[in-house]
Amino acid sequence: MTRRRLTIGLLLLGLSWPLVGCGPESSAPAGEPPQPPAQTIENKGSDTLVNLALAWAEEYVRLHPDVRISVTGGGSGTGIAAMINGTVDIANASRKMKPEEIDAAEANGITPVEFVVARDAIAVVVHPSNPVDGLTLRQISDIYTGKITNWRQVGGEDRPIVLLSRESNSGTYVYFLENVVRLGDKESELLFSPDTLLMPSSEGISAEVRQNPNAIGYDGLGYVTPDQKTLAIARDANAPYVLPSVATVNDGSYPISRPLYMYTAGEPSGQVKDYLDWVLSDGQTLVAELGFVPLR
Amino acid sequence: MTENSTPTSSQLRWTEFTVEALIRVLGFSTIGFVLLIFFFLLREGVPVFLEVPPGNLFGTRWYPTFDLFGTLPLILGSALVTVTAIAIALPLGVATAVFIREVAPNWAREILKPVIEVLAGIPSVVLGFLGMTLIAPLIRETLGAPTGLTAFTGALILAYMALPTIISVAEDALDAVPKSYRDAGLAMGATQWQTIWRVVVPAARSGIVTAVMLGMGRAIGETMAVMMVTGNAARMPLTLDSLFRPIRTMTATIAAEMGEVAQGSTHYHALFGIGIILFLLTFLINLAAASVMFKKRRRGGLR
Repeated sequence: MTRRRLTIGLLLLGLSWPLVGCGPESSAPAGEPPQPPAQTIENKGSDTLVNLALAWAEEYVRLHPDVRISVTGGGSGTGIAAMINGTVDIANASRKMKPEEIDAAEANGITPVEFVVARDAIAVVVHPSNPVDGLTLRQISDIYTGKITNWRQVGGEDRPIVLLSRESNSGTYVYFLENVVRLGDKESELLFSPDTLLMPSSEGISAEVRQNPNAIGYDGLGYVTPDQKTLAIARDANAPYVLPSVATVNDGSYPISRPLYMYTAGEPSGQVKDYLDWVLSDGQTLVAELGFVPLR
Repeated sequence: MTENSTPTSSQLRWTEFTVEALIRVLGFSTIGFVLLIFFFLLREGVPVFLEVPPGNLFGTRWYPTFDLFGTLPLILGSALVTVTAIAIALPLGVATAVFIREVAPNWAREILKPVIEVLAGIPSVVLGFLGMTLIAPLIRETLGAPTGLTAFTGALILAYMALPTIISVAEDALDAVPKSYRDAGLAMGATQWQTIWRVVVPAARSGIVTAVMLGMGRAIGETMAVMMVTGNAARMPLTLDSLFRPIRTMTATIAAEMGEVAQGSTHYHALFGIGIILFLLTFLINLAAASVMFKKRRRGGLR
């Protein structure tokens, strides 16, 4: 009898193992805070934006000690979902809200308001030992769709190309797919090659690019560390190859850059409005320090 | 002096009743929770089987943001990693259990057993990090694979994680073999080695099978370490070199995508659908383990 009970126990235990991590909560460790105090601004979303959002929050709180701002990452979609559910005041996003997200918000009685708060260049990175210095957009698209599979085909060594991408929950993934893989063609049905490694974090990409001479990856310029090699990008074969920088993004010569957004549920008021006004004015001085491109 | 601390028999009965009732409620609540989880999983996952045609759902392309929900690469990815992990962990685990139970002197046993239990307590994210920074480069360099983030790297980590389960359950099975079997073997003139492999291990066979099944259940459900070291590329592992190429498992897919997905969308239901598939697989594995155990009991313990 004991043996049988033990078996049933083991059986149940075994059944419950794979379920750990299934719940939506598991990916939002911050959870819902119980009734935040009146002066707290909850700010959540894009991992691309999280360091900048933290820098803004720290500086703003230093200037206004009566305000508290809590900043968490999790991905653009996570932040927007939290904004729609009313658990955060400001959602950070590295992409525009999708139509179905706007529908979901309106079904909840919320009209999202969009603010462009900075611009970001997407850098294409390789191992420092890789002799390739620049690629055209078309070459990058061919590499990521699996048409080009060896570095030799783009002037490098005879090595297979290992494709690295962020997970599909990343705003960077969506931007890169639409503007680089599909070359901005709305009709295009191109997808990332099935061989693409989807890394769960920016750190995952930089770790693999640092140690693997076969790898190619992409990420926000603010996340590129000196031990990776940033490629110069050309719009087409006749255009100049341009490295990403504040100057080349602002004059439009670097082809892969995008706006970064903050969304609020309805027109902001009170503390949230003051904060956003500051972010869009004095806060812009912090943007360049973190590797992003200020609006002005 | 003792009149206050000596309980009367009615007090005793009352305490006993409360404790018994409490334990009963706790015991049944476990079953209740599992049923609730199962119900929730079905409610959230079943719609995908209605919304997505089977040709798409069991296709070979997993691009959930573009309505391609082919779960086949994920199922095969999980299967490849799990089977390889068990192929690595089974000989190691059984040999370790035999060593601890049959060969090692008492003092070594006293040290080994708790150490193996400590192994079980290492967080999977730590193992994943080790795999990512130490094992992956090693595999890329020694095997000449394009990247070290491969199914094999995941299998190595999973084998390591399944080992403590396999060792302790197999060891219990060996422990249950009566001493008379060993004595008989030795009395027939068999060496210790022959007694172990021809008598003791075969007698504990069903327990060892159970150990492997439980280890498998542990491996197939593991998420974090696998997500960090297998590369997460949803490709079909059909060629011979697939073991040394990246793959994407079911668990990693659920963990990586659940954070983003819009609640109630087809993608959301698809992730729970994967959860159901995973649940069924684990259930079958555990059922197999349990049936081996029951069979052993019917046969009177040992055969």
